Amino acid sequence: MSSSRLTNFLVPVLAVLLGVLVGSIVMLVSGYDPIAGYSALLYGAFGDNYYIGETIRQTTPYILAGLAVAFAFRTGLFNIGVEGQLIIGWLASVWVGVAFDLPKVIHLPLAILAAAVAGALWAFIPGFLKAHFKVHEVIITIMMNYIALHVSNAIIRSVLSNQGFKSEKIHETASLQSEFLQSITDYSTLHYGIIVAVIGAIIMWFLLEKTTKGYELRAVGFNQHASHYAGMNVKRNIILAMVISGAFAGVAGAMEGLGTFGNISVKAGFTGIGFDGIAVALIGGNNAFGILLSALLFGALKVGALEMPSSADVPTELVDIVIALIIFFVASSYLIRLLLSRFKKEGK
Amino acid sequence: MEYVIEMLNIRKVFGNFVANDNITLQVKKGEIHALLGENGAGKSTLMNVLFGLYQPDGGEIRVKGKTVNISDPNVANDLGIGMVHQHFMLVDTFTVTENIILGSEPTTGGMIDIKRAEKEVRELSERYGLAVDPTAKISDISVGMQQRVEILKTLYRGADILIFDEPTAVLTPQEIQELIQIMKALVKEGKSIILITHKLKEIMEVCDRVTVIRRGKGIGTLNVADTNPSELAALMVGREVQFKTDKKPVQLGKPVLEIKDLVVKDARGITAVNHLDLTVHAGEIVGIAGVDGNGQTELIEAITGLVKAESGSITLNGQEITNLPPRKIIEAGVGHIPQDRHKHGLVLDFPIGENMVLQTYYKQPYSKKGILSFKTIYEKARQLIQEFDVRTPDEYTKARALSGGNQQKAIIGREVDRNPDLLIAAQPTRGLDVGAIEFIHKRLIEQRDQGKAVLLVSFELDEVMNVSDRIAVIYEGKIVAIVDPKETTEQELGLLMAGSKRKEAGVS
Ligand SMILES: Nc1ncnc2c1ncn2[C@@H]1O[C@H](COP(=O)(O)OP(=O)(O)O)[C@@H](O)[C@H]1O
Ligand SMILES: [Mg+2]
Repeated sequence: MSSSRLTNFLVPVLAVLLGVLVGSIVMLVSGYDPIAGYSALLYGAFGDNYYIGETIRQTTPYILAGLAVAFAFRTGLFNIGVEGQLIIGWLASVWVGVAFDLPKVIHLPLAILAAAVAGALWAFIPGFLKAHFKVHEVIITIMMNYIALHVSNAIIRSVLSNQGFKSEKIHETASLQSEFLQSITDYSTLHYGIIVAVIGAIIMWFLLEKTTKGYELRAVGFNQHASHYAGMNVKRNIILAMVISGAFAGVAGAMEGLGTFGNISVKAGFTGIGFDGIAVALIGGNNAFGILLSALLFGALKVGALEMPSSADVPTELVDIVIALIIFFVASSYLIRLLLSRFKKEGK
Repeated sequence: MEYVIEMLNIRKVFGNFVANDNITLQVKKGEIHALLGENGAGKSTLMNVLFGLYQPDGGEIRVKGKTVNISDPNVANDLGIGMVHQHFMLVDTFTVTENIILGSEPTTGGMIDIKRAEKEVRELSERYGLAVDPTAKISDISVGMQQRVEILKTLYRGADILIFDEPTAVLTPQEIQELIQIMKALVKEGKSIILITHKLKEIMEVCDRVTVIRRGKGIGTLNVADTNPSELAALMVGREVQFKTDKKPVQLGKPVLEIKDLVVKDARGITAVNHLDLTVHAGEIVGIAGVDGNGQTELIEAITGLVKAESGSITLNGQEITNLPPRKIIEAGVGHIPQDRHKHGLVLDFPIGENMVLQTYYKQPYSKKGILSFKTIYEKARQLIQEFDVRTPDEYTKARALSGGNQQKAIIGREVDRNPDLLIAAQPTRGLDVGAIEFIHKRLIEQRDQGKAVLLVSFELDEVMNVSDRIAVIYEGKIVAIVDPKETTEQELGLLMAGSKRKEAGVS
């Protein structure tokens, strides 16, 4: 029991180390100094207050996107549509942020709630189709990503602006931005969203592990036949699982809309956060606490990477390679588990 | 004395659980050697040690007189040991030949020579009378055939010592007979066989010697000719086992389940239950006898609300329950031991403790204001595990890790504990050993003695005749006869099940 828990913890850690190791070989082979490269990465992520602020800010949407993927996964669904739900959530939060004039205690929660509801509705469609017509959610959610991207662009152009490329700024009363957090981090873009994300992680853990509904959702995720036999409403639970996952994704979008950017612009392509969420969930072992850590890793890599070209001459593409290597090693965690069990045996 | 396999004082420990405690097994060349033990006794573990899947924590293995270290299945292969696993390891979308050569493909110039392989497989199949089509796809052939593919796989790799892990558990009676012929043919060709089973009939029929293990310990090896089923059962379970169950006379109560003119279609839309009538009273066990596929599954699924009935009515204690959602039917007082315990009975990835409240988790005291009380859930689980003798390391162990018999005991504990007025038991003892079967039969009879209605569905005539107070014979979706088990014979039941009309008594 405790030894398997240790393995669960060791596997992602070793995967990250292996990724770093192979990444340095790649850097060496391509003629860059890996030590300088990684020092720049580390410095760029945690080197001073500003960088720490940026890293945490970047971590925020990753946490929520990771939670969205993991929640679906734990309930037997594969939500590839986090990206689309995130975009729709972003749009909804900005819309509420721009359209209403309310006191902050109402306006900000309302804008976050709008994002959650929008993401949930976007996820309701694949959930409904899966529950009632057995259409596979992966296909529908992928399609819904494209629909989300283009629908939101159209709405930004024609509703939120006058054929422009971005919406107005949201009202101060809906904003997550914090002068206090900015001031203690050398005026980074850090905002209160991180609190929302951590609360999200607690909610996911509590919902799945402690509540009656969570028991039901997990049961349906593992075995629909047995759940049906036991008197659970399988269809409703599938839809609910998808909807909750979508709500997390929508709130991830609100972090961008109400925190980092304060508006929404026409997008040429996907943000990538939703897709990275799959890797965050995977590395975090689909566990709320693990996701906090793996999202931090992703945030640090993304933000720290910006420092690598300027101070170590390493191109950003190489950083993407290192990230990809880490994901690769986690995905092939079977290999690491095998190695671990070999070591254990020899130790005996 | 010439032994092909000697496993001497083998010990295997999982964590602090001793699965094999100094077991000795010696197999002679050319014999069929039975390995007998209850579920969870450690049979598969011992064979996995021999096949190199597990490393022993103590003891010695000799193959053909030489001490060996079987570090992985490849070593076992090289030593001529082949294993037909309890759960087949076949690729569904591959053909028979592709599956057989997987991992040791014959090649010519770097290309797989599938024609040559097919020819070799065909020859092997003919030599041992297996009648396998080398070009058929695995997903298109029956379970019995798939098992033969597993046998061919070991033969193709040159095995002369074959391990069969509970091969008959998944087979129909006829397939079992065919398998027995195959095993005899194999031995005639000089192969040696280790047959894992807990079916005493099979041991008496084909085996030369038998080694009995109980709770991880070796009990001894006997010549089959010198023993009998009762002795073997007692050795295996550790006490005398009753094959016949004693029952008090029936105390018939009011009707609990009444089915009138029920019609149910199967998944393909074909009528499976065809205007069926049946009544089960409080205090009696009604056994449904019939050949698989005559509407038993659909009948049960309609009663429990898992499928919709086309027409007709089902009442429980006079209350209409036809086509209600499953939860309403459960709450009305129906318990159900499902036919497929893995598909319906358990969430295998949940701890066994959480499986104990699968229908009641949302009620007090397990759930308060939407929050689960794991303390009460696991207290309940501990109580049921104790009461129903579920052997598991603890209540947090995943249901998947339990042996079939213990999974079944857990399900029965859960269903009986809910105290339903009607208990439906579908194939409750399939794949279980005599000890567990006896236990389960006693529990069913106990329910009946407490004035509950019990509906038993089984394909085993022994079981239906033994446990039921009335037998309803089902044929093509209809109850074609109701007979008294004390006044009927297996022959008569067999004929009725095959659709022949009853001569003396009128059809009820
Ligand atoms: N890999 C394992 N880890 C822990 N316990 C195991 C493992 N495999 C088997 N066991 C336990 O060892 C006991 C013997 O199992 P097994 O050999 O499968 O019994 P059987 O005689 O039914 O084949 C069981 O109690 C089972 O739960
Ligand atoms: Mg076994």
